[in-house]
Amino acid sequence: MVKMFLLSNIFTDPERMNQLVSIAQTSLYPMIEGAIQYTIPLTLITFVLGLILAVLTALARLSSIRILQIIARVYVSIIRGTPLLVQLFIIFYGLPNLGVTINPFISAIIGFSLNVGAYASEIIRAAILSIPKGQWEAGYSIGMTYTQALKRIVLPQAARVSVPPLSNTFISLLKDTSLASLILVTELFRKAQEIAAKNYEFLLLYMEAAALYWILCTILSFIQGSLEERLNRYVAK
Amino acid sequence: MINIKNLHKSFGDLEVLKGIDLEVEQGKVIVLIGPSGSGKTTFLRCLNLLEVPTDGTIEIDETVMDFKKPVRKNSITSFRSLTGMVFQSYNLFPHKTALENVMEGPIIVKNIAKHQAKETAAALLTKVGLGEKIDFYPFQLSGGQQQRVGIARALAMEPKVMLFDEPTSALDPELVGDVLQVMKDLAKDEGMTMIVVTHEMRFAREVADEVIFMDEGKIMERGTPEQIFTNPKEARTRKFLNMIQ
Repeated sequence: MVKMFLLSNIFTDPERMNQLVSIAQTSLYPMIEGAIQYTIPLTLITFVLGLILAVLTALARLSSIRILQIIARVYVSIIRGTPLLVQLFIIFYGLPNLGVTINPFISAIIGFSLNVGAYASEIIRAAILSIPKGQWEAGYSIGMTYTQALKRIVLPQAARVSVPPLSNTFISLLKDTSLASLILVTELFRKAQEIAAKNYEFLLLYMEAAALYWILCTILSFIQGSLEERLNRYVAK
Repeated sequence: MINIKNLHKSFGDLEVLKGIDLEVEQGKVIVLIGPSGSGKTTFLRCLNLLEVPTDGTIEIDETVMDFKKPVRKNSITSFRSLTGMVFQSYNLFPHKTALENVMEGPIIVKNIAKHQAKETAAALLTKVGLGEKIDFYPFQLSGGQQQRVGIARALAMEPKVMLFDEPTSALDPELVGDVLQVMKDLAKDEGMTMIVVTHEMRFAREVADEVIFMDEGKIMERGTPEQIFTNPKEARTRKFLNMIQ
């Protein structure tokens, strides 16, 4: 009955309709601002740092040095075995107890980078392992060192293999940045919460936030598509 | 040129090479034959140190490696530069064009200027009959063409010895000829020292200075192609030759 009432209210009462449209319009700007100031930079910076961490972790896992393997395993195990939100809370609300206070944005970057690093390291490890041994050997046979063969021969090919799964990670990351609202980063979703707290239009504002995330993710999917096409140019069709 | 003494290689408990002794003079072409599992590929890979032997010594061009002692990584890399390797499955870099495949070693390993490496690479590709294909990616080339890029890639590093690991056995029959021709030219015109694992008996007859029959990790018999193919001494050599001919 209540639902019916609300719906009929929207569609039968032109004034209510206008009010909603106007709220949606005026809240759009702060939300986009939140996205441009925090959501997008947080996603991009974190993804780059996370990827670097992931490559290093994957190489540590694949190295023959025991202690590096163990460090990498423990790191991946802890990050994958604990909730992201708990990790963010430990960094932002927990570390001050040790006298370490980090601002919200930096806390979010640290938390999300550690997270991406752990998840993506498994993707990269699998991608490196998928490159045939003959590629390493061909590199060695023309005099390359391990590092040269890795950088010039194996990683470029592993990159191609890992684009689809890494795109998943990237899109998840973009959406997960909404958790940063809980450690006071005024990103897209936090803006939506703040506005809704004032005017009680929760449904409208959260739907609007959802739509913005969806648009951003759709753009990312397009970029993924063209990136795959570019990286596939040397593969038989 | 090459002097191999008492070469052993084991994988765990499995001894694959059981003491190989071999001397090869400069400019000679040696063809290795033998049943699968006889250790010939492992032997070739030991010369390039893709497999590190467990015992014995290898001397190439006056550089000696003694495998009684543990070998250092950088000595492996420098010793490896004496030999060029051609693989059965080509192992071209799929993300690089034919030209880039050949340029890669000179630029990255030898630090040669890009334009110069490019010139040399193009010349080498022309020599192996691929002057028209330098900008093609491996997937756009036939197996025979890919293998010739593989040969050019190895030659670009100016090795003293070329090692061929069954270079034609992954090829369709009609593509074998071009690859063998390149190898013949390399032997005859350039006087390249070559060790070739192959089942191409005609190639062995025409080009080899010496044919070596390996079985069970040892050299069973060696001689000129004429001796081995028409008058083998060992029963096992005869049996093997009967099976493949």
